Amino acid sequence: MAEKKIRVMVAKPGLDGHDRGARVLARCFRDAGFEVIYTGCHQTPEQIASAAIQEDVDVVGLSCLSGAHRYLFPAVAQQLKERGAEDIAVVGGGIIPEQDFKLLYDAGLKAIFVPGATLDGIVDWFRKNIKPRD
Amino acid sequence: MEKVKKIKAGDVRTASRLIRHLEDGMDEARAMMKHLYPLTGHSHVIGITGSPGAGKSTLVDGMVEAFRKKDKTVGVLAVDPTSPFTGGAILGDRIRMQRHAEDTGVFVRSLATRGALGGLAKAVGDSIHIMDVMGKDIVLVETVGTGQQEVDIINHSHTVIVVLIPGMGDEIQAIKAGILEIADIFIINKADREGSSKLRREIMAMLDMAPPSAFPAGWRPPILKCDNAFEPVGFTKSLDEIAQTIEEHHQHLIKNGLMGSRVHRKTAMELNEAIRCSVLDPVLNALAANGELDTMIGRLMKKETDPYTLAEEIARRYLKACS
Repeated sequence: MAEKKIRVMVAKPGLDGHDRGARVLARCFRDAGFEVIYTGCHQTPEQIASAAIQEDVDVVGLSCLSGAHRYLFPAVAQQLKERGAEDIAVVGGGIIPEQDFKLLYDAGLKAIFVPGATLDGIVDWFRKNIKPRD
Repeated sequence: MEKVKKIKAGDVRTASRLIRHLEDGMDEARAMMKHLYPLTGHSHVIGITGSPGAGKSTLVDGMVEAFRKKDKTVGVLAVDPTSPFTGGAILGDRIRMQRHAEDTGVFVRSLATRGALGGLAKAVGDSIHIMDVMGKDIVLVETVGTGQQEVDIINHSHTVIVVLIPGMGDEIQAIKAGILEIADIFIINKADREGSSKLRREIMAMLDMAPPSAFPAGWRPPILKCDNAFEPVGFTKSLDEIAQTIEEHHQHLIKNGLMGSRVHRKTAMELNEAIRCSVLDPVLNALAANGELDTMIGRLMKKETDPYTLAEEIARRYLKACS
């Protein structure tokens, strides 16, 4: 029977090894019925884009707590664009000051989740905004 | 067919989307497979199975490297379990393989079991075909962490590798049937741990007791050891030896005319699956759609009838043409 599932990649770009948050999210997406590909820490934007394409995910969720999001998040979006995969949505989360939001949205991010975001809220956003592609 | 051309040219986007559609059970994807099937038959398919945490993903990562050194292109299908409660899954095999993400000669795709019970996912067979058509010389299929009975991997592979680790004690006695019978090659992983020699002796003893017919054309499964993955020199050496043995097994199959029987087994299973898909699924879907399935379950729970009678009734109704 045909059943379309949302595929999500959770990735940690750069030199940040704090992945508790990413793991909690991966688990929460699993419990929401998504298929989650977790690629671990210390990934380059190139590795993330390449893996996202090989896995044909609908969305890449980036986590960064090191303060390098201004460079790393746009770099992932850029890598996807260069590989003709702009249809894969990019969202980000972490310790991200409000004054950086505009830069990230301009770079193509679809959503930014900061401390205080609830798991239910994040899943709701995914359900509303991310659809399995044809 | 534009898509067939793209897949033949090795286009990852087209291939991974098609795999996705196969997983989702889309009819168009099945129609595509009709065009791809005749183009298959190039890849050497290697199955890797073993208990959870045995180190399958790490070994697969090492094998990818060993085969890349020999200039072979590699496809990897890594299967992880789907939650029976939410239908979600965490696919984490890839974590161990990310160093190959940028290598265009390597294509890694994770699959969730989605209810399949044999240690694989339903779309594995077709996904192997797709990687085959893409021109991958080697396709590595990693099963979920297996217990004793998840032996579907033999129906898909030319070479089956069973990964074992020391410290499982006498449990090896319990698993003599099933998973230990399917190995073409044994790997004792984490061999620097205590108990690896004992494990080796136990497998040797088990093989000594097997009848000669268990070793097609004299292939007695070799038992290889693999050292700690955190000691890169020893690990790489172990993996080179493993890749070499895999190739020897492939040559053994070809030289002794055994590829035919492996391919026969694989093809028979594919036909079986395709018939199931075309016959059983439409019937179940129809019964679910008109609510009959639920009514039947209700009747069964009240013990008004039994599943065998119901199944016979359904068979009579739908299989009129055959009888």
